[in-house]
Amino acid sequence: MSEIDQQHEIYIAREERLAARRVAGEMVILSADDSSLYVLNELGALLWEAADGATPLREIVRRVICEEYEVDQETGLRDAESFVRQLAEHGVLRVGNAPGAGER
Amino acid sequence: MLVGGCERVVIDIAGFPVGLGTTDRPLARSLQDRYRHFLTSHSSLAADFVIDVVADPPCGENAELDVRVDGSTWRMTRGDFDASWNAASGCGRIRQTRNPYSTDSVLRIVHSVLLSRERGLLVHASSLVLEERAFLFTGPSGSGKTTIASLAPSAAVLLTDEISCVRSTPRGWLAYGTPFAGELGTSGTRVAAPLAGIFRLEQGAANRILEMPQAHAVRTLMRNILFFGTSAGAGSLAAWHPDTLRGHVLDTACSLAADVPVSTLTFRKESGVWDLIDRHVPGLVRA
Repeated sequence: MSEIDQQHEIYIAREERLAARRVAGEMVILSADDSSLYVLNELGALLWEAADGATPLREIVRRVICEEYEVDQETGLRDAESFVRQLAEHGVLRVGNAPGAGER
Repeated sequence: MLVGGCERVVIDIAGFPVGLGTTDRPLARSLQDRYRHFLTSHSSLAADFVIDVVADPPCGENAELDVRVDGSTWRMTRGDFDASWNAASGCGRIRQTRNPYSTDSVLRIVHSVLLSRERGLLVHASSLVLEERAFLFTGPSGSGKTTIASLAPSAAVLLTDEISCVRSTPRGWLAYGTPFAGELGTSGTRVAAPLAGIFRLEQGAANRILEMPQAHAVRTLMRNILFFGTSAGAGSLAAWHPDTLRGHVLDTACSLAADVPVSTLTFRKESGVWDLIDRHVPGLVRA
């Protein structure tokens, strides 16, 4: 993962070679590389689905989290950033400062 | 059956007939005995293997299992066998020592692949039929898969104590017997029955059943499903590519978790646990 500049917009994109399915509101994600399995809760599932590589995280948080969960923008963005970085460490999301989120 | 000096058996597991032919008569006899409950005369085969028996382990004594896919060709190697199988044509070849367990290992891999394309799965689990309902018990080694089978009422029919097979069919989810044996060392029975419940086993001080949320159930299933195969390249559009098949497996696991109750069964080693299973599954009449 490339270094992320906090001062600029953050973009998130789903990694390739993953199979993901919605199961009772949660998202089950299977890695093709090592068969690791991740289960995202409802909020995580919404972020995952919105991770198109083109929409800034700030906008995703405003639209998906703040409106749905009545969270203020600053708190929502801080929590979302922490969450997407964890997913990036597990190879589930790509995170970057440009649209495409460091597309390969 | 003897065809051109080659002894040939056809084994049907869950509706997938697989041919095994060899000129080595001792191995052929071993295979006929090992799979005697699963022999069939089908001529339309899902896979067809020629087995060459060699004196020494073809891949070195201690080599671990490795399954690689190139196009539709699956290469399966371990110390005791070296097998290749063209999944598209169904034809394959196995080089192995005269040990039927080598053939058995290849069969497990091949069936996991065949099933994955037909809404089916092989699961590391024991399974039994009681009063026309199948129960599947999964969990890591030592969790009690064989124990729970040994505690079952005498009327229960063992499908397997090691590797269970389930498929989605027009009749609903069915569990099939398999010849893949574990600690009991005995083949399962060649019958199928509607799957009534799946239990992840834990041994504890008291008997208890706790149903799992669906996503948790999918995770439990995926951890215990047999699936092999890696490929150097991405290939989500190729029919026999492991990425494609892995997606099918995930779809099947999600459907299974949605349709069949998956629970954690904590139990202690006494037959009363089957009374609890009896009460938990509606419609099961106690004998």
